[in-house]
Amino acid sequence: MTTTTTTEGKAGGGAQHISLRKVLGPVHVWALGVGIVLVGEFTGWNFSLAKGGAWGALIACWYIGLLYTCVAMIDSEVTSTVAAAGGQYTQAKHIIGPLMAFNVGLYLVMAYTMLEASNAIVVGDLLKSFAGETGYPDLDVKPFIVLTIAVLAWLNYRGVYATLTVNFVITAIAFASIIVLFFSVSPASPGKVLLHRELFTDLPYGWIGAIGALQFGMWYYLGIEGTCQAAEEVRSAGRSIPLGTMSGMITLLVAASLTWYVASGLMPWQYLGQAYTPLYDAAKLTGGGALQAIMFIGTLFAALASANGCINDASRSWFSMGRDRYMPEWFGAVHPRYRTPYRAILFLIPIAVVFALLFYTRLDLVIGFSILSGLLGYTFMSFNMMRFRKLWPLGSIHRGYVHPFHPWTAIILLLLCTTVYFATYLGYSDMLLSIMAFYIAASVWFAFHRYKYVKRGDQFTMPWPRPKGY
Amino acid sequence: MNIWVLVSYGAWAVSILLFGWMILDALAVGKQYKEDFLMSSREGEE
Repeated sequence: MTTTTTTEGKAGGGAQHISLRKVLGPVHVWALGVGIVLVGEFTGWNFSLAKGGAWGALIACWYIGLLYTCVAMIDSEVTSTVAAAGGQYTQAKHIIGPLMAFNVGLYLVMAYTMLEASNAIVVGDLLKSFAGETGYPDLDVKPFIVLTIAVLAWLNYRGVYATLTVNFVITAIAFASIIVLFFSVSPASPGKVLLHRELFTDLPYGWIGAIGALQFGMWYYLGIEGTCQAAEEVRSAGRSIPLGTMSGMITLLVAASLTWYVASGLMPWQYLGQAYTPLYDAAKLTGGGALQAIMFIGTLFAALASANGCINDASRSWFSMGRDRYMPEWFGAVHPRYRTPYRAILFLIPIAVVFALLFYTRLDLVIGFSILSGLLGYTFMSFNMMRFRKLWPLGSIHRGYVHPFHPWTAIILLLLCTTVYFATYLGYSDMLLSIMAFYIAASVWFAFHRYKYVKRGDQFTMPWPRPKGY
Repeated sequence: MNIWVLVSYGAWAVSILLFGWMILDALAVGKQYKEDFLMSSREGEE
């Protein structure tokens, strides 16, 4: 590793180069992926019940679980080979081309920044409800939204190791709270506490309702693909990224299934489909003050972990785009002491704060933008994987991990994404079309204005042989 | 004054302090180090 001290590179000093610090292991990758996602089990997934009832929500849970398993497998293979910050942006740059890379980079920045804003809103709402229970229902959430973003951005600014170690601790506590809730409802004795038989109905709006529920199934897993943003800061990308991502995906499948099982056995779908804190409500129904406190802390920690991971991921994407001049080069700077992309972190703070403060009463809108940006990214991944295996077949380059069932994984991913687009169109057609228009306008800006600044000759950094057929 | 009002003022104050610290630190780094050095990281490189 290039040694960088505080004296090197100072104004008037010698010329060296600096890099992001490689200090992370599989545990940090797990904490990044699961940390971003787990808040979705505490709030959001349950809106699927309003469309599809309990069975529709279970279909969404496993259907979207399959979609994200494909995402995790594909990501693990490509990132174990393209081990650089920027994740899917960098992959698109190497495998498809500049316009796709620009769009994917933008999807990532928007998805994570919007999710960060949403999480800050959730933290504010939680504190408001807590203040309400202590006799002060008129708490202004804005200072707490801003404080959440400020503290987490500061943590990210100061170094990736501390940031993701904190994320590991609070994510593990949040996951443990789901396990505690599960064992508190006597899961081995159906009918004692859990009333599935009494509460379950047929699909309330038929199969079209079940399809409509798919969009909300995304909340269970949205963000697990963020693990690959750590690729440039892990000690061994070939080992840590697949291990952290796949173990994270298994954790989420378990957490999602437990969440659905407990909540749908305690509350009717009509209530659950519009609840804001379903797991906290479940604790209120079944346990005393201790369980409620545990679920309150679990929800709070999950939201903080998610926002923390989102700042990490959005800044790495923006930093990578700056480094290649897809965005102004100024953003490609690394902090000489903390070795973080500090200008990218700073730049994205006001964007997250403005979105959170402007739209703190429209959480669904902010989350919707995040989900659709993520979905566009997954659609890209299926094409990316097909092209990656075609241009660099197995054996032509070293891969840290080779995912099984190719090309079926990519084909299934594309089909599942198409269904979710349809589901989104059913409920949020205006939002879907607006977001498409936004990305088309951004692409035109890139093609006709920004592309001339891109470091075209320096973009391809991987030591790979010439692609097959070229 | 209600405790929650005080906590809200505290939240604003801590936020301003943290944002201020980051901005000042970024400005100091920009003065102490050459731009070429700060932007010398290379993709995927150690």
